[in-house]
Amino acid sequence: MTILDTAERHRNIDSPNPLDWISPAPAAEEAVGAPAKVRAKPILIQPGLVLAYIILAVALLWAVAPGLFTSYDPVQGLPGQQLKAPSALHFLGTDALGRDLYTRLVYGALHSLSGAVAAVAIGLLVGTALGVIAGSVGGWIDEVIMRLVDVLLSIPVLLLSLSIIILLGFGTVNAAIAVGFTSIASFARLVRSEVVSVRRSEYVEAAFGSGGTFFKVLWRHVLPNSLTSVIAFTALQVGSAILQLSTLGFLGYGAPPPTPEWGLLIAEGRNYIATAWWLTAAPGVVVVLVVLAVNRVSQAIGRAQQ
Amino acid sequence: MARYIFSRVGQALLVLWAAFTISFVLLQAMPGDAVLIKFQNPEYGLNAVQIAEIRAAYDADGSVVLQYVHTIGNFLTGDFGYSLQAGVAVSAQLAANLPSTIRLAGLAFAAAALLAVIIAVLSNLPGLGRLRSFIQSLPSLFVSIPTFWLGIMLIQIFSFRLRLVPVINPGEWEGLILPVLTIALPVSAPMAQILLRNIDEVLTRPFVSVARAKGASHTFVLWRHVAKNALLPVLTVAGVLFGELLAGAVITETVFGLNGIGSLAEQAVNFQDVAVLQAIVVISAAAFVTINLAVDLLYPVLDPRLKAKLGGVA
Repeated sequence: MTILDTAERHRNIDSPNPLDWISPAPAAEEAVGAPAKVRAKPILIQPGLVLAYIILAVALLWAVAPGLFTSYDPVQGLPGQQLKAPSALHFLGTDALGRDLYTRLVYGALHSLSGAVAAVAIGLLVGTALGVIAGSVGGWIDEVIMRLVDVLLSIPVLLLSLSIIILLGFGTVNAAIAVGFTSIASFARLVRSEVVSVRRSEYVEAAFGSGGTFFKVLWRHVLPNSLTSVIAFTALQVGSAILQLSTLGFLGYGAPPPTPEWGLLIAEGRNYIATAWWLTAAPGVVVVLVVLAVNRVSQAIGRAQQ
Repeated sequence: MARYIFSRVGQALLVLWAAFTISFVLLQAMPGDAVLIKFQNPEYGLNAVQIAEIRAAYDADGSVVLQYVHTIGNFLTGDFGYSLQAGVAVSAQLAANLPSTIRLAGLAFAAAALLAVIIAVLSNLPGLGRLRSFIQSLPSLFVSIPTFWLGIMLIQIFSFRLRLVPVINPGEWEGLILPVLTIALPVSAPMAQILLRNIDEVLTRPFVSVARAKGASHTFVLWRHVAKNALLPVLTVAGVLFGELLAGAVITETVFGLNGIGSLAEQAVNFQDVAVLQAIVVISAAAFVTINLAVDLLYPVLDPRLKAKLGGVA
C-alpha cells in the first residue's frame, strides 16, 4: 500500500496504547529464520506465569467473595482508629476515617475488575463487529470504516476518554464506557486484518465452492479462525483498561467517594502522603501486580497460539 | 515521488478533518450544550430570555450545520472560541500554557530516549546472566505502573524521605526533575521494547555474521552495524509516543500542580468547558497526524532501501 509496508514489519502496533506493543512478536521473527525460541515450557518451570495466575486468582476471589478475606466494613470507619500504621490488627493500616485499607482494597477489586471487563467487552464487541464488516464486505464500506479507525487512533487515548467523560458525565459506568470506546479502533483494525487473511485462505474458498452462503461461511469458518489472535489481545486490553480506569478514578471521574475503587484510594491516600505513605503505596502496588499478572498471562496465551 | 507526497498530505488532511468532525459531533452537537449547563445554574438567577441572549452571543443557538460551518471556519483562522470557565479566548489560554507543556514533554522525551538506549545497551552487555532478563523485563514493568501513582511515589521517595528535591517552592528547573522522570518512565518502555526486539532481529542478519567472521567483537558489531539498523524503526512509533507524552503531561501536571495543556484539559473536564477540550483534542490530533506524515515522508530519505523501492514505484 504505502512504502511504510517495510517499516510496518517492525511494529507490532495497532493502537496508541503502549501495552499493546508488548504483544507477541509478529511472524516476521520466524521468517528471518531466527533460532526457535523456547516456547511452551512446562508450566512448572515458569514461576512467573504461575505467580501471575495466583495473583489473578486472588484478585478474582477478592471481587467475588470479599467477605472471605476480611471481617471489616469497607465503607464504615472504626471510631478512634484513624490513620493507624500497619499492624497485626490492620495489616495495611487505616485511613483518615478509620477504615481498614486492606478491606477497602479487597472490596475495591469488584469495582476495578468489573469496570475493566465491561470496558474491554465494549471494545471487543463493537470493534470486532466493525472489523468483521470491514474485512468481509470490503469495498467502500471497508474504506469508510478503516478511515474512521484511523481518525480514532489519531486522538490520544486519554483525551478521547476525557471527551466521552465530558459528554456522559462522571461515574463508574461512564468511565468504563469511555475506556471501552478508546479500544474499539484497535480491536477493529486487528480483527479486520485477521478476517482479510482468513478470507484469502483455501478452506474458505472451498467452503464457498461447496455452496456455502456468505453469512454461513462467515459464521462457520471466517469468524472462529479470525478470533484466535484476538484472545491474547483482549487479555492485554484488560490490563490496560485497569490502568486507564484507575487513572480516571484518580482524577475523580469514576466512582464517587466512599466507593473503594483502586484509583480513588490512591487519590484519597495522597493527602496523607507525608504522614501515612502506605495509604498511597499499597493500592498502587496492587494495581501494578494485577496489571503485570494480566500482561504475563496474555503473553503466555499469545505464545501458546503461535 | 511527488504523487506519493501529494497523496500522503491529502490523506493526512482528510484524517484531520474527520477528527475535527468527530470531536464536534461528540462535544458540541449534543443537546444541553455547555452554555446552557453553565447559565441555567440557579446561582446566576437568569431568566429564559437572558439565557437565549447569552446563547446567541456565544453562537450556540444556530442550527447544528450552521454551527459546524462556523466552528470549522473559526478553527481554520486560529479562533477556538471562548472558555466559559475562564471567560477568555481559548487561543489565549493555549498560547499561555503551550510553552511549559512543550518544555516538559520535550525534556521527558529526551529522558525517555536516553533511558531506552540505556536499557538496550545494558541488556546487550556480555556476561550478565540473570541480570539480563531482569533488565529486559523492565519495559513491561514500566507500562504496568499507573503514571499518577509513579509521580506520587517519586515525590514521597525523593522529596519527603531522601529530601533530594524540594516540593515546596522548587527552582524552575528543579521542579521539573520529578515530573520529567514520571513521564519518561512509561514513554521509554515502548521505545526500549522496539529497540530490544530490533537488536535481536538485526543480530540474525547475514551481514552481522560477515562482520563477526571478519573478526569484529560483539561490542563493535553492536555499535557499528546493529545500532543504526535498530534505531530507525523507532521512528515509526513517533506518533504513538506523542500520544503517550501528552497523556503523561495531563497526569503529571495534575499531580505536580503545574500549569500547562494537561492541567487545562483536566480543568476543562471538571468544569464541562467543552470548547477548551475540543481545541486540545483537535490540536493534538493535528500534531499526531503531522508527526506521522513527517515520519512517512522522512523514512525513505533516512532508509535508502525504501527510497530505491519508491523510485521503482513512482
